[in-house]
Amino acid sequence: MSTKSERVSKKTSRSNILYSKTWAPYIFVSPFILSFLLLSLYPMISALNMSFQRVVPGQVEYIGFSNYERVFNPVFYTALQNTTIYVVWTVVILTIIPMILAIFLNHRLIKFTNFFRASIFIPALTSVIVAGTIFRMIFGESDAAFANQFIQFFGFEPVEWRYSAGTAMFLMVALASWRWMGVNVLYYLAALQNVSKDLYEAADIDGANAWQKFRNVTFPAIKPIFIFLSTITTINGFRMFEESFVFFETTSPGNIGLTMVGYIYSEGIQRNDMGFGAAIGIVLLGIIFIVSLIQLYLTGAFKKEDS
Amino acid sequence: MKFSNLNAKEKTASVGLIIFFSLISLVALFPVISLIVASFSPSSDLMRFGLAPELFFSAFTMENFDVLFGGEAGAYWRWYLNSLIISGVLIVISLFFSSLVGYALALYEFKGKRFIFILVLLILMIPFEILMLPLYTMMINLRLVDTYFGVMLPLIVAPITVFFFRQYCLGLPKELMESGRVDGCTEFGIYARIMAPLMLPSFAAMAILTGLMSWNNFLWPLIVLRSNDMFTLPVGLATLLTPYGNNYEILFSGSVMAIIPIIILFLFFQRFFIAGLTSGGVKG
Repeated sequence: MSTKSERVSKKTSRSNILYSKTWAPYIFVSPFILSFLLLSLYPMISALNMSFQRVVPGQVEYIGFSNYERVFNPVFYTALQNTTIYVVWTVVILTIIPMILAIFLNHRLIKFTNFFRASIFIPALTSVIVAGTIFRMIFGESDAAFANQFIQFFGFEPVEWRYSAGTAMFLMVALASWRWMGVNVLYYLAALQNVSKDLYEAADIDGANAWQKFRNVTFPAIKPIFIFLSTITTINGFRMFEESFVFFETTSPGNIGLTMVGYIYSEGIQRNDMGFGAAIGIVLLGIIFIVSLIQLYLTGAFKKEDS
Repeated sequence: MKFSNLNAKEKTASVGLIIFFSLISLVALFPVISLIVASFSPSSDLMRFGLAPELFFSAFTMENFDVLFGGEAGAYWRWYLNSLIISGVLIVISLFFSSLVGYALALYEFKGKRFIFILVLLILMIPFEILMLPLYTMMINLRLVDTYFGVMLPLIVAPITVFFFRQYCLGLPKELMESGRVDGCTEFGIYARIMAPLMLPSFAAMAILTGLMSWNNFLWPLIVLRSNDMFTLPVGLATLLTPYGNNYEILFSGSVMAIIPIIILFLFFQRFFIAGLTSGGVKG
C-alpha cells in the first residue's frame, strides 16, 4: 500500500506534459496543424507548382506558362459561361426565395410549422446521385415523363430536357435549388428569432406598411445571413460538379453541362493531364477570390459602422 | 393563438398560408415520394427513364427489392457496407480530433491561437476541388488509392466541424477546468471526463453533419476509388446511371435503401441538428 507522500511523488514523476496547461492546447490542435500542412498547404503549393509542369506518368517537366496559355480556349469559356449562369441563378433563387418562405413560416398566423420545416428540409438529406436519379426520371425524354405530361397539360410541346442548353441549365439549377432550399430557410428562420417583437409593434404604431416593416425591421436583422448565404452559394456554385455529372456524366452534347470543376476532372483525372488541370484550378481559385471580394464589397461587409 | 380567436381576415390569411406551404411541401416531398413509388412499381415500367412517376402505385410489386435482397444485386451490398464503414469510422475519428481542436481554440490561451483560428476560416473558403489533383497524386504516392483511409483522409479534421466545436465550446464554463486541475486531472482527462459530457449536443449535431457529408460524398471517392468492390454507395449508384445498363431495379430500390441510414441518423439526432445548424454556424 502506498503512502500519501509516495502517491504525490508518483504523480509529479509522471510525465509533466499531461498536466501542462501550456502544452495541452498545442497537443490538442496538432491534428489540425498536421492536416493543414499535409492536406491544405502542401496541395496548395503543389497545385501551383503543378500548373507550370507537364506531368506525364513517371516524369515531370517544367513548361512555364504554357498550361495557362492553353487554359483560355473555347471549351474553358463554355465551362466558365455555364458555371457563371449557374452561379447567378442559384444565388438569386437560394437567397431570395428562402427568405420569403422563412418570413411566412415565421408569421404568427401559420400553423404546422414543424411539419413544413421538416418537409422542405428532407431533400437536403438525399445524396446528389439519388436526387439526380429522381430528377432524371421526372424530367425524362419521353412524352409520358411527369414533367412532359405536366407541360403538355398546359398546351406546350414535350421537351428533351437533357439535350438543350437552356433546359439542361434548368435541370441543374432545379436540382440544387430543391436540395438546398430547406437548409437556407432554416438559416433565415434562426436569424428571424433575433428580431424583437417590440420593433414590429413600434412600426405598427407608426403606421408602417408591410414593405416598410420588411425594409426597416426584418431585413436589417437577416442581412448578415443574406450576405453569408450569397457568399457560400457563389462559392459552391463555382465548385459545382455533381449536379452536372448526375445528368451528363462527363460528356454532354456541345458541353452544355460542362462546369469548371467538370473541366478540371476531365482534363486532370480522365485525360491524366494534371498540369493543365491544376492550371484550370488556379484560374478558378482566382475567379472565386475576385468574385467573393466584389460581392463582399457590394454587400457592405467591409463597412464596420454598418448597423 | 387559437384559430377561433382570429378575425375573418386573419382566418383567410391563415388558411392561405397553410395551403401555400402545403403546396411547397408537396413540391419538396414529391421527388422522394415518387422515388419510393417507383421502387415498388414493376421495373418494366421503368425500363426507360421518364415513365411517369406517379403518386400512387400502378401495380404494387416487390420485384425491385427482390433483386436487391435476392442476391442478384451484384456489388450493391458491398458498396453499402463500404459506405457504412467509412461513415461510421469517420464520425468517430473526426468528432474526436475536431472536438479537441475546437475545444483548445475556445478554452485555452496560447500563442498562435488566433493565427490557427484564421487558418481554419481560410481553409473553409478554399475549394477542395482546387486541391484534388495534388491530393490525388499524393494518394498515389502514399499507396492510399482504392483504400478506405484514402477516402476518409480529407474529412478527418474538417474545418467546418472544428469551427462548430469552437463556437460551441466558447459557451462552456472555464471554472470547471480549474476544479478538474485542483482534483489532479490531466489536461486530457479534463476534456474527456468533465468537458466532453457537456459537449454532447454538439457531438450529436456534428455526428449528423459528418455522417451526411461522408455518406453523400461523391467527387473525392469517385477519384480515389478504382475497383467496383471498393466503391461507396453514391459512386456505385452512379455507375448504374449509364444509358446502357438495365439495372433500374437496383437503381430505384437501391436508392431508397441509400436514404434510410441518413434518415435514421437524422431522426435520432434531429433536435440537435436543427439547433446546431442554426445556432453555432453564423452570427452577425
